Amino acid sequence: MSESVEKIIGPRVPAEEMKVHRGRYLAPTVLFLLAALLLIVSVFLPYWQLTLHAPQYPKGLTVEAYVNRLTGDVHEIDGLNHYIGMRPLDEAAPFEKSVAVLGVVVVALLVLAAVFVHSRWAALLALPALFFPVIFLVDLQYWLANFGQNLDPAAPLSNSVKPFVPPVLFEGKIAQFRTVASPGIGLWLAIAASVIILIGLYFHRRAYKPLADAQEAIRQDDAVHE
Amino acid sequence: MKRIVVLAFVLVMLASLMLGCSKDDKTPTPAPDSQGGLPADSMAIAAERGLTPDDINAALMTYTPSGTWDEYITFMSGGHSGNLIAVGVPSMRILKNIAVFTPEAWQGYGFGNTEIEQMLDAGNVDGETIRMGDSHHPALSETAGDYDGQWIFINDKNSARVAVIDLRDFETKQIVKDPNIISNHGATFVSPNTDYIFQGAQYATPFGWEYAPLSEYQEKYRGMMTAWKFDREAGRIDPSKSFSIELPPYWQDLCDAGKLVSDGWVFCNSFNTEMATGGNMEGQPNFEASVSQRDMDYMHIIDWKKAEQVVAAGKTEEINGMPVISIPTAIEEGVLYLAPEPKSPHGMDVTPDGKYLVVAGKLDPHVTIYSFDKIQKAIASGNSTPDAFGIPILNFDDVMVAQLEVGLGPLHTQFDDKGNAYTSLFLDSMVAKWKLGGDDPAAYVVLNKVPVQYNIGHLVAAEGDTVSPDGKYLIALNKWAVDRFTPVGPLLPQNEQLIDISGDAMKVIYDMPMGVGEPHYAQMIKADKIHAINTYPEVGWDPISWQKSEFATLPGEERIERNGNEVEVFMTSVRSHLTPDRVEVKQGDHVIWHITNVETAQDATHGFQLDGHNISLSIEPGETANFEFDATNSGTYPYYCTEFCSALHLEMMGYFQVAP
Repeated sequence: MSESVEKIIGPRVPAEEMKVHRGRYLAPTVLFLLAALLLIVSVFLPYWQLTLHAPQYPKGLTVEAYVNRLTGDVHEIDGLNHYIGMRPLDEAAPFEKSVAVLGVVVVALLVLAAVFVHSRWAALLALPALFFPVIFLVDLQYWLANFGQNLDPAAPLSNSVKPFVPPVLFEGKIAQFRTVASPGIGLWLAIAASVIILIGLYFHRRAYKPLADAQEAIRQDDAVHE
Repeated sequence: MKRIVVLAFVLVMLASLMLGCSKDDKTPTPAPDSQGGLPADSMAIAAERGLTPDDINAALMTYTPSGTWDEYITFMSGGHSGNLIAVGVPSMRILKNIAVFTPEAWQGYGFGNTEIEQMLDAGNVDGETIRMGDSHHPALSETAGDYDGQWIFINDKNSARVAVIDLRDFETKQIVKDPNIISNHGATFVSPNTDYIFQGAQYATPFGWEYAPLSEYQEKYRGMMTAWKFDREAGRIDPSKSFSIELPPYWQDLCDAGKLVSDGWVFCNSFNTEMATGGNMEGQPNFEASVSQRDMDYMHIIDWKKAEQVVAAGKTEEINGMPVISIPTAIEEGVLYLAPEPKSPHGMDVTPDGKYLVVAGKLDPHVTIYSFDKIQKAIASGNSTPDAFGIPILNFDDVMVAQLEVGLGPLHTQFDDKGNAYTSLFLDSMVAKWKLGGDDPAAYVVLNKVPVQYNIGHLVAAEGDTVSPDGKYLIALNKWAVDRFTPVGPLLPQNEQLIDISGDAMKVIYDMPMGVGEPHYAQMIKADKIHAINTYPEVGWDPISWQKSEFATLPGEERIERNGNEVEVFMTSVRSHLTPDRVEVKQGDHVIWHITNVETAQDATHGFQLDGHNISLSIEPGETANFEFDATNSGTYPYYCTEFCSALHLEMMGYFQVAP
């Protein structure tokens, strides 16, 4: 094993040390595994929902966004959107939706890989998962703005409804509709995964930094003796 | 590293902030005044409107605030409006006026819709288009003698037709015409599991209403009982498995099917056992006198399960396509018996336990109670005398349990959950509440009466003709309103009065003017037994065949196809446009037009009318409707959506042009 690879994957835990401080090395492993699992599960759950409230829809109209698809009252909302010239919702984020499931799996695998990397490079592997909820929301906000800003000027109501930017979270208002956007259970799982990764990184550093420091000390010691 | 943990907690806190908080917008009920009565402002309203404490109680028992639903739905026949009216109880609001035998433009019923026209045409008589009706007695489908909320049937007295209505969408699905009688009354009544829908005749005619001199009345004229087989799976009457039983030309009146112990039997009363034939211009008395001469008429007692076996054994005669059990066969096979009943009686109502039959006297102030058990024993004993047709007449004393004097003009009886019966008194304009006494004649007692306004015909209690009546509510279906409502000219609405029967004394708590028909019978079902759909299951639905229409048109599939001089239009409707919005044909073309409402939102119905043509459709969300016509006149005819569907509803139109 070359020295640079050794530096990246970090020191291995001596069997004697593992016996004595088993919990110390198990903690980051368990937390990263849990985070990866939550991310995988989140793919099957809605990440975001938008509910439109208006007098004539007493139950409201709701659209739910998964990482790769939309469900709910999409048909009805599209029907209403044609009045203001908005494109059908399913036309949003075609690339993101096509790679989302694979992407989340890769991100989760990187977190799993971090289990075997006992150096500060582990943080780099966990980085995409750590920021995944933020990336999701930023991308969604981009598409909301893209759709709200690019309305067909020939639509029936284009005189009364000007281009707008629907907020990705909290309340908005468009014509007679009050819109309430909120994270779905999937996004909460992804956020939980982020938090767990942060905690995992703390335990990771606590477990492996002393080993790495010791190894570095030996290496320097060897260099001096040479 | 501790900083990371802190950051994590901050993230969690931030995240929890994102959770929306629900607002509680319920306003508290105002506190009563210090005496425990109504708040002062409510008392001021009551004083200003002159309301008594009873009025206030009645209002509190019936007022149904916006957005709250009724506990019961009452299906009232529309009488000679030919329809069926769904009314909420206790609000007494009309929920829907269901078109059945008579065209109704709002529902697009009988104004061009191909499938509906075909269904109505099945009720035509000898090529004569019949587009009115006289609907009398609705019957909800039953399972084990209790309403199951799936189907409702209703008869047309006028032309002896029976209709099937689906309670998933509250729309008529089938109309059948009896091939041998042209007047029915004892219909519709179902067997406890809705195997059969019974239909008794009324005014006797020769079979197939053919001509025969009235002087040959006894030889040629006949009554009838038809058992229409209901195929629940298909949701249709199956005429090929139905049969009839020939009856004497007594005018069969009301019927009821036995239940529990009396399951397998059906009972009908009759009048005109005198077999009078009129002739008031030929020196004979009016019918009203000539059919009321005898002190006793005959209850018809029919063993339909035995009749079913007789039919299966092929001992029938096929008349106009219907297998008919003749009177001699019915006598020989023990299918048909008679029992005396006084006098030109009206209602025939089987008690909830199925053990007793209550016959209301009409011209006799009694209700007569018969025991099913005694009837069975009398039949087994063989003690009877034959009528003019050889049908055994059981001895009155052998089958009767009690006669209770309830008042003048008793017509119909319903039941509650506490062993009481309620009988309408037409002449007294009252409802009499009385106690069922089982086999003990002395135990039958009148408990109390309540005046109603006026001339009560039928009455209906909550599930009051099933094996398990609910009590609670009763409606008096009064024929006359006289002074009850703000005047609206000489044709007055009927007065449907809601009566609280939860206590010992009955209380009238609401007067509802019925201004769209004249209800005869009604049935009241717990609303939560009915599972009505909000929109059709799939876009492109045919409501009659209950499957996707072969003419379903989805967005992007709209087109106009020409085939010789036949033009076929495949159109969609959605808020707020019809596609295509231009249809041009040549004079003399035959136009076939399909419209699919591609909406999936509740209440997003689109209507459709074509100017200058007799076409009106109601296309509910998901429905595909079809019509066809010959473009006879050249011209320019706008077509448009008739339901105010959206803010751009007026823009939802198109031009139909017929080039010369």
